[in-house]
Amino acid sequence: MIEATRLTKRFGTITAIKNVSFHVDKGEILGFLGPNGAGKTTTIRILTGLFPATSGSARIAGFDVFDQSIEVRKRLGYLPENVPIYNEMPVSAYLKFAASMKGVEAKNATKEVARVLDRCSLVPVKNRIIGKLSKGFRQRVGIAQAILRNPDVLILDEPTIGLDPKQITDIRKLIMGFAGRKTVILSSHILPEVSMMCRRVAIINNGRIVAIDTPQCLTGRTADKVFLEIKGPEVEVLTRLRGIPGVGSIASEIDQKTGIGRYTVKTKDGKEIRGTLSRSIITAGWSLLEMRAVRPSLEDVFIRLTREER
Amino acid sequence: MRNIYSIWKREVYVYFTSPIAYVILTTFLVLSGYIFYSSVAFFSNISLQASQMEYAGDINVTEIVLKPTFRNISVFMLMMMPIITMKLFAEEQKTGTLELIMSYPIREVELLMGKFAAAFTIFLAMISLTGFYPALLYKYAAPDTGTVITGYIGLFLLGGAFIAMGLMFSSFTENQIVAAAGSFGALLIFWLLGWCETFAGSGWGSLLAHLSFLKHFENFSKGIVDTRDIVYYFNLTILFLFITIRSLESKRWQR
Repeated sequence: MIEATRLTKRFGTITAIKNVSFHVDKGEILGFLGPNGAGKTTTIRILTGLFPATSGSARIAGFDVFDQSIEVRKRLGYLPENVPIYNEMPVSAYLKFAASMKGVEAKNATKEVARVLDRCSLVPVKNRIIGKLSKGFRQRVGIAQAILRNPDVLILDEPTIGLDPKQITDIRKLIMGFAGRKTVILSSHILPEVSMMCRRVAIINNGRIVAIDTPQCLTGRTADKVFLEIKGPEVEVLTRLRGIPGVGSIASEIDQKTGIGRYTVKTKDGKEIRGTLSRSIITAGWSLLEMRAVRPSLEDVFIRLTREER
Repeated sequence: MRNIYSIWKREVYVYFTSPIAYVILTTFLVLSGYIFYSSVAFFSNISLQASQMEYAGDINVTEIVLKPTFRNISVFMLMMMPIITMKLFAEEQKTGTLELIMSYPIREVELLMGKFAAAFTIFLAMISLTGFYPALLYKYAAPDTGTVITGYIGLFLLGGAFIAMGLMFSSFTENQIVAAAGSFGALLIFWLLGWCETFAGSGWGSLLAHLSFLKHFENFSKGIVDTRDIVYYFNLTILFLFITIRSLESKRWQR
């Protein structure tokens, strides 16, 4: 549905993005992840036809974003960063305006506006002035205008920025509701959000895509750790654990009062050792209070990938 | 066409739901009303004096009231029009709404025409309210209908050129004050070009006079319709609108 091939954009001597290639399948949500200034917005602006790429090409729904801009824009819903919508207008008047701009016929406009108002839970505020709304509602008006006329492709630039946790959850639910029906590009620098909502994640740094994969694969690439909480004498526990094959370094921390120790065991070459660990502890007669695998968070992967680039 | 209408509707809505339109209309009416009043007062004064003299053939209401009123209205427009047009593109560029609008399937021409029509609507409201002055003259005197009509035609043409220039400056910047100052300065220069006609030598002098807003308006305020004047205003309006479109489109070309 969205196909970007070797996109490069230079502003004077500054190269904003370099050789960015990716594709998004129909019905898929792609997360665009990167630190501020990495080139997310530049890529998005090229896709929406605001300016052309210095080199490379991009196609949306089979149309070239530069040469067939109008055709692309007919199929596109876009929410720019910071939601630039007209603060001086009431919600429904604004949406009516946006609907007619997007080519919704006058006789269907009222119905279409009612649909998006309902979809984005904006009905209670439909007559309020946009500038007087809370940030969460404002954001939802932004999404509402994007989904007017039911576009195939949605491009959302940092849709949850500056919202409170409740509002973030609402917006996420709204966006996740599009999965399977719309092709979505979602840019963000909030990692849990992206790993939660997106089937695939593209990590972009310094204008280059450094990794593109599913969140599971991205986090699965690095070695695992096992966290253990054991009630038993520290020195003996440590000796016994070290004797188990596959165990690497161990970090421990003992609560002197209760005698409970917390151990973080690094496994060698990502081997599964939890079974061996638990059996060994039980046979020694200690209590195993807690055990869990510590996967690196997307955050760790992100920081590692973006650091390597520098 | 529908896009133009939607943009026009939104802009007019914003003009009239904010204080902008009301402040501009009020200021303009106070100023033009004052000029009209003082011309009428002056006219009644000299016609009183003339009535006591033998010869009073030269005094007529068209020359003494209408002509200066039209000329002064055009001067007030010079000051008010940049204020009407300054926000049209500058504000949208500053707040980023232009980026969103341009992601809709509309063309730059449609955006521009909608905005031009909206500014022209405010201008029409301004000008039509001054229709009260000639109406009053008709009640108490006999102004020349031809001059009234040509005066208004002149104002409309002038207004179109002013708006086009204001839009052009507004599209150049995201700062409304820069847009207003730029278009005011440029309008003033076009206005004053003719002043040095007499010192600039015959060739340059006539060229400068031809470029002057004022020179071409003078004919209309006298009741003369010259095709050259109409063509002049049309050309300028189209030129400024064309530059505006190019300036809006320029982003799309910069590779």
